[in-house]
Formats: sequence, structure tokens, C-alpha cells
Amino acid sequence: MASHKQLPRTAQIRLVSSHEEVYEPCDDSFALVDALLADRTNLLEHRPKLCMEIGCGSGYVITSLALTLGQEGCVSNYIATDINPHAVKVTSETLKAHGVDAELIVTDIASGLEKRLAGLVDVMVVNPPYVPTPEDEVGAEGITSSWAGGENGRTVIDRILPAADHLLSEKGWLYMVTLTANNPSEICLQMRNKGYASKIIIQRSTEEESLHVIKFWRDFDTEVDDTADQSASGFISYLLAQIPLFSSWRGSNSNN
Amino acid sequence: MRLLTHNMLSSNIKGVTNGFPLRIEAVKVEEKTVEMNTDFLKNMFVKIDWKVLVEASRTLGYAELPEEGDSSFLESDEFLSRFHHALLELHLEEGALICPETGRRFPVTKGIPNMLLHEDEV
Ligand SMILES: C[S@@+](CC[C@H](N)C(=O)[O-])C[C@H]1O[C@@H](n2cnc3c(N)ncnc32)[C@H](O)[C@@H]1O
Repeated sequence: MASHKQLPRTAQIRLVSSHEEVYEPCDDSFALVDALLADRTNLLEHRPKLCMEIGCGSGYVITSLALTLGQEGCVSNYIATDINPHAVKVTSETLKAHGVDAELIVTDIASGLEKRLAGLVDVMVVNPPYVPTPEDEVGAEGITSSWAGGENGRTVIDRILPAADHLLSEKGWLYMVTLTANNPSEICLQMRNKGYASKIIIQRSTEEESLHVIKFWRDFDTEVDDTADQSASGFISYLLAQIPLFSSWRGSNSNN
Repeated sequence: MRLLTHNMLSSNIKGVTNGFPLRIEAVKVEEKTVEMNTDFLKNMFVKIDWKVLVEASRTLGYAELPEEGDSSFLESDEFLSRFHHALLELHLEEGALICPETGRRFPVTKGIPNMLLHEDEV
């Protein structure tokens, strides 16, 4: 199995295009790509035919996904959206610089795709605007909308989750970045009610924030609520156990 | 924008009930060769609105698709390569997508459709 070891390819920062109003690859972007790499063997076995990113920003993540899968001969199609037209343009430049491509659409989440793309997406990746902010900053022009997440940073996330559920195929997987302030355990619970199991692929503390990359997949056993109680509550307590750790870590940085 | 995407996009304006298919206004069309994935094509064949694909590919200047699509055609390499070409190799680079119900134009620039709505359309 391990006989054809090869370093996975991801987007190279020097080839990632930029614009003053577009989110540059940051710790959260790297965490998401690292999560995809950590789950690479599963992804390759999964053989996704259609992958999608919501909020592609610089294109760093979707480009890395296309490179990583393509390198192992997995021929997939890629679709990426962003609400910021500059971001979509930058993404197209980043893709081009790496010799991969994706279908790009300037739109709010997946608006315009709900009807016809439903149930077709095998892998979805999202690094959403998750920073808690006043509600009126959400969706504001320019760079603000790349991080402004409203109350608990959940305003955009809570609109993305139903869209993801709608677009994912039966075997579809969602990888999403969340912040502790977003209440990830509650997100997992909400997704469990829609029939998804979840797992933290990466957790990471940076100077300002503690991030999780969570993977969701349809688990036909969890759909019946009663039978799944045990595994889910086990997971939730596992998640909750991380939180004090993070908050104390954050507390130690409060002077900057 | 590939015709795959065109086949998946509907007008998202509030109140519009028949937002599919968007009419294509083609100003600049490009062809880009990509590797063929037979599995993907077979998979997509059932999801694609065939008539819409035939019409759209004609608008982009490609008239080689049979009027009617039938899954038995998927056995033919010739059919697969035409389907592949229409779905994934033709690109609308400049032009617009037009809402069939309201006539609202969604511009396509540098191959990227902009589906953002004005406040009174959401
Ligand atoms: C945190 S950035 C992530 C960018 C990039 N994916 C990365 O990981 O570096 C979030 C992105 O989501 C986009 N975004 C915010 N609200 C959105 C919405 N309603 N629909 C689509 N994209 C949105 C922003 O423009 C921004 O590019």
C-alpha cells in the first residue's frame, strides 16, 4: 500500500494570486488543507466526482484539493463560489497558475444551484466567515465579509449547513472550519439531527483563535435518533472537553 | 463557464418559478481540452437535462449532439466524446445568462457568471 509514497501536492503560496479585498490564505485555510491531507487516503478511496467549495477566497483550498486528488489520478470536477467577485477572479488566477481548473460562480453561498445541483456534490469544503461580529458587518462589501460571522460567528454558517445538506450526494462529505466561539458541538448536534455523523479532523490553536476542522458525512444509523444517542453524546463530551483548554489558552493571550 | 454549470444553474430571483434554463447570450466562446472521465459522464447523463444541453451547445456553435439522448448511447465512444466535449470542453467566456421569466441578465465575464441579486430581487 505504502509503496508509491509521494509528497502530496498543495497550492504554492507564491503562486496564489491576491487582491487587497480578498482573504489571504491564513491559519484557518492551512488547517482546512491539512485536514484534507490528513484524510487524503479516505478521499482517494471515496473517488469524488464532484467537489465544491463555498467561499473560495484566494482559491488556496480548492486548488490544493484539485492538486492532491489529481496527483493520484482521481479525475474530479470542481465548483467554487464566493460572494466577493474579486475573490472569484483571484481564485481563477490561482487555479490557472497551478494548471488545474474549477467552475467558478459569483453567488451568495450556492444561490442558483439549489435546484439542479441537489444531491450531486461528493465533497464540500468550507472555511466560512466565522468571527463573532455585529450582525450588520455580515455580507458587507469587500474584505469584511470574508470573516464577519455575526452573532457567535454563526450567521453565515447557519445558512451554509442546510445548503450543504441539500447539495451533498448520498455519499457526500463536508469539511468545515469552525471556531470554538461558534459552538461546534451544537453544530454537530444540529447536523446529527439531519442524519450526519461528525468527527474533528484537525484542532489547532493560533494566537487569536482555536480552530477545528470538522468532517460530516451521512450516517444512515444516526438518522434514527434513539439508537445513535451513545456515540453522539460521547463525541459531544469529547468536544466539550477541548473547550476549557482552548479558552485558557486564549486567556493567556488577552494582553494583545 | 462550462455547459455543465449552465445545466445546473437556475435564475435565483425571488418569485421566479420557471428559472431554468437560463438563456445564453454568447459573445465569446472558447474550447479547452480536458481528460475524459467516462464514469462521471455516465453518472451525469441521468442528471443532465439533455434538451437544454443540446440547445446550449448549439448556441455556443457546436451542433454534433443528437436531438434525443438515450442511455443506450453511452456504450458508444463516439457519443461519449461528443457529450464530453459539449459538457466540459466548451466554455462561455463572455456573454450573459438570461432569466427565462423576467429577462434579467446575469453577466458572464472572463468565464465567470455573476448570480448576485439586487436587494429588491432577494
Ligand atoms: C475565511 S474566508 C476563506 C477563504 C478561503 N476559502 C481560504 O480558506 O483561504 C471566507 C470566504 O467566504 C466568502 N463568503 C462570505 N460570505 C459568503 C456568502 N454568503 N456566500 C459565499 N461566499 C461567502 C468570503 O468572501 C471569503 O472569501
